[in-house]
Amino acid sequence: MAQLRVELVSPEKRVWSGDASMVSARTLEGDIGILPNHAPLFGVLVDGQVRIKAVDGNETSFNVHGGFISVSNNRVSILGESTD
Amino acid sequence: MGAQLRIYRRRIRSVKATKKITRAMELISASRIVKAQQRVAASTPYANELTRAVSAIATFSNTDHPLTSTSENPKRAAVLIITADRGMAGAYSSAAIKEGDGLINGLKQRGLEVSTYLVGRKAVNYYKFRNRKITGSWTGFSDNPTFADAKKVSDELITAFLKDAQVDLTGVDELHIVYTEFKSMITQIPFSKRMLPLEVVESEGPAPTGLLPMYEFEPNAGEVLNALLPRYIESRVYNAMLQSAASEHAARRRAMKSATDNADELIKSLTRLANAARQAEITQEISEIVGGADALSSASAGSE
Repeated sequence: MAQLRVELVSPEKRVWSGDASMVSARTLEGDIGILPNHAPLFGVLVDGQVRIKAVDGNETSFNVHGGFISVSNNRVSILGESTD
Repeated sequence: MGAQLRIYRRRIRSVKATKKITRAMELISASRIVKAQQRVAASTPYANELTRAVSAIATFSNTDHPLTSTSENPKRAAVLIITADRGMAGAYSSAAIKEGDGLINGLKQRGLEVSTYLVGRKAVNYYKFRNRKITGSWTGFSDNPTFADAKKVSDELITAFLKDAQVDLTGVDELHIVYTEFKSMITQIPFSKRMLPLEVVESEGPAPTGLLPMYEFEPNAGEVLNALLPRYIESRVYNAMLQSAASEHAARRRAMKSATDNADELIKSLTRLANAARQAEITQEISEIVGGADALSSASAGSE
């Protein structure tokens, strides 16, 4: 099965990178979940949690304060303005 | 001990103390360059992703955004000059200031008014001393800038840019930035670049290959661009600050290294002089003793 290649980056460092089976985030229009083979998407994030479910089943979540999510070709990049 | 010799010894002592200080500063800077470089490297993923996103959107959205549109009749330009807070870094700050002066002259020749924004105490002092007008200045973080600092600076610049320069005296039509690019440990080049209106084509790192994906925008392309472009500016300003910080440390390391080397040389030549003085003193004492003995013996020989 296809996997998502995820990069969660903040201006100061790369916060998380790896393969995941699911990513969810909160955009201006509401929560979205990204599964493999998602259509190319570019969204504006609002304050909220980004949850990443890694391929090994571990789920990690980050608080992101504003930023962007871009999805294309099973590559997800999340640009968090500040993350913790 | 003779006066001459004492003075030489004292000077050697003071040069040695100075050498210790410059040596310590050299080592500190050397370790900070590495850290600063790591920070530049750590910020690249974000910058790359952002550039990728901006070019993807700019290529197929026709949205006219104020940050990308060029004014037909530019009136005023903003120049942001990034320098150091502290000295002891050789020509680092003055090189950036000089580059800025060149840029400002060029802009004035084009008939633009210039408002200057300064980062770093060195530039602020330079401008204050010459009674030049400073539109905005920030100090205290030149050697270790954080993203929050960059945000503060770029927020003010973007605000000024978004104002209509024709009617508002604080508004600007163009934004230029002067910073010192960190090429390598030995080469740092002051650099000036136009930041706004944006030219999105300039991208660092590998250009995105192949066709850019047809994105769906959430909520819509205009909104996304609105949110994206200021972030892009912030990230460029942040990158410029980080590069400048790395350059500052490299320049300081080099300046302190040559200061240490000079101190070594000075100590060597002073030691030579001190040795000569000591020898001269001994020679003089001997000749005084010999002369005295001679006088005594010839006096007693004459009395016989």
